[in-house]
Amino acid sequence: MRAYHQNFRENLRLALDTLRTHKFRSFLTILGVLIGTTTVIAVASIFAGLDRQVSDAAKDFGTNTLAIFKFTPGFHFRLSREERLRKPLTYEDAVAIKEACPSVESVAVENFLWWGPPPLLKYKGKEVVDYDLSGATAEDFRVTNTNLADGRFFTAVDDAHRRNVAVIGPDIVKRLFDHEDAIGKIIMIGSNAFEVIGTAAPRKAFPGDNSINRWVKIPYLTFKKIYPNERENFILAMAYEGRMAEAKEEISNVLRHRRHVKPAEPDSFGISSAEAFIQQFRQIIGTVVLVTVVISSIGLLVGGIGVMNIMLVSVTERTREIGVRKAIGARRRDITWQFLLEAMTLTGAGGVLGILVGAGISLLIRTLSSFPSSVPLWSVAVGFIIAVSIGLFFGLWPAMKASRLDPIVALRYE
Amino acid sequence: MSSRTLTAPLQQTMTPKDGVIIRTENLWKTYDMGAVQVHALCDVSFDIERGEYVAIMGPSGSGKSTLMNLIGCLDTPTQGKYWLNGRLVSELSDDELAYIRNKEIGFVFQTFNLLSRATALHNVELPLIYSGTPAAERLERAREALRKVELGDRMHHKPNELSGGQRQRVAIARALVNEPSIILADEPTGNLDSATGDEIMNLFDRLHQAGNTIVLVTHEHDIAARAHRIIHIRDGKVARDERVK
Ligand SMILES: Nc1ncnc2c1ncn2[C@@H]1O[C@H](COP(=O)(O)OP(=O)(O)O)[C@@H](O)[C@H]1O
Ligand SMILES: [Mg+2]
Repeated sequence: MRAYHQNFRENLRLALDTLRTHKFRSFLTILGVLIGTTTVIAVASIFAGLDRQVSDAAKDFGTNTLAIFKFTPGFHFRLSREERLRKPLTYEDAVAIKEACPSVESVAVENFLWWGPPPLLKYKGKEVVDYDLSGATAEDFRVTNTNLADGRFFTAVDDAHRRNVAVIGPDIVKRLFDHEDAIGKIIMIGSNAFEVIGTAAPRKAFPGDNSINRWVKIPYLTFKKIYPNERENFILAMAYEGRMAEAKEEISNVLRHRRHVKPAEPDSFGISSAEAFIQQFRQIIGTVVLVTVVISSIGLLVGGIGVMNIMLVSVTERTREIGVRKAIGARRRDITWQFLLEAMTLTGAGGVLGILVGAGISLLIRTLSSFPSSVPLWSVAVGFIIAVSIGLFFGLWPAMKASRLDPIVALRYE
Repeated sequence: MSSRTLTAPLQQTMTPKDGVIIRTENLWKTYDMGAVQVHALCDVSFDIERGEYVAIMGPSGSGKSTLMNLIGCLDTPTQGKYWLNGRLVSELSDDELAYIRNKEIGFVFQTFNLLSRATALHNVELPLIYSGTPAAERLERAREALRKVELGDRMHHKPNELSGGQRQRVAIARALVNEPSIILADEPTGNLDSATGDEIMNLFDRLHQAGNTIVLVTHEHDIAARAHRIIHIRDGKVARDERVK
């Protein structure tokens, strides 16, 4: 044990010494490993940032809120026949959920424009074209965790009287009302005049979603009055604290019954939550990370071949040295370890540099944009371990070659 | 990793009598050069006892270095037997040979063979590193060996900062440091001018007086004359084996 330790220190010293002697050559050799590690670290930090954004957005959305629609959320490349024929969810479905699900605290319904752009939004010559318009029940703000910036939310009374009142998202406030107070102002939604009664506080967006703060909500029945043909409803349900799973189960039972889904058939609707969204997101990220690791592995592999090449050169250059070491008592494994450790030190140094450069890139992104990229500890460990393993793997053959040299032949080598 | 304790097999047959360090018996070394076979050594047999001071002498190409490499366990004979300290060397494993080179033999080469990037001290430490000696003891013993060859004030010099004679003295300190049974020197003065060569030879004389067993290869008479016994080699054969002192 002690002998091993002694040799390890001697070998490490030697390896660092070689690195110092051949600075430039070493640098060129480890460039591939450096770039590979940098990629791993930079990509990991970007995904850590995305993950952070998703978690924040999910928390903002509300961890007890379930979103129910006739399709499951996510990407649909092509709808099946059954999916295309699905009936919309109805207001009555929402009422039934409210009544039959003991784990559900409150339910909201949103009716929205299924096709085409929203009607032009205007205030004093300023216009907004890209925004989300929906008709929502009064519970909507509570269920979706919306915070008020100014004014008030509309109520069940506003809804019942089909009043032309609107609550608008912070981006709409910015676009229409520069330095003006929005409350009490009359805006035009298409040809209908609405009074702004409330403005919402900004909320955190999921990555890639820039419409989260760009919405106008009007009472459900007002919307119905203006757009009587819009039949697609979005139901939002808030579960009692800690009863998400039960709530989901209960809602599913109610909807399956109401939509006549046979026991063997899957749900003809989708129930999603922030938690589910995070999971879905992580699954996608996991795939992307895997792909990145595979791609950067190719770079690392190329780097590894460079390392093998330079180690073979190093063994040849030091043939005499190997002969001398063997003549004074070095065993095969002493020589093997000497060159293995040299290769691992070489690629390990590349790994450390790569980690530093990757962390630098991450820091740069964070300072130059508001994106919360951060280097996760696991990626540092993975990057370093991969780098050292490259040295171990590609250094093995040159090291074995060195250890097998005949001392006499090695000593004679010119 | 295992420590370097080693249980080399003691040969029951032909165990040399006490005091015999080296016994060679009908050693052959043949190089197969395709068309011709070069017999670098033919049927070489002799004993060397503890405390002897032996010169192996012969003209260039007579097989001296070949013999020396066999004795030093750097090479293996084509035929014949070789015992070192009672162990039949031809039956030892690679690791056991490394152990013997480390502990039993101190080799001094004509071309010094020091590690150019290491200091004198580190060069001398090297055998102790491979024998797993603890750092503190290692340093102390390496310093002591360098002081023995009067290089106490050059410990931190690298080989290229030392003269030829000083380099050879570092090599001798390296050969001494593990207190080997035998010191082997292959033309140790071959690369030195005669004055420096004399200094080195004085050092060997002193080492012999201090009780070391020394085998020395040379083609020069004056150098061989320092030894107490001269084995003359001609064309790979022992031509004459004479005691001179
Ligand atoms: N590796 C080798 N391959 C072929 N012939 C060799 C080899 N090594 C030594 N010889 C031959 O063996 C003979 C003895 O060489 P060597 O022991 O070096 O002589 P010396 O040291 O006495 O000058 C020479 O004829 C030499 O050419
Ligand atoms: Mg010779």
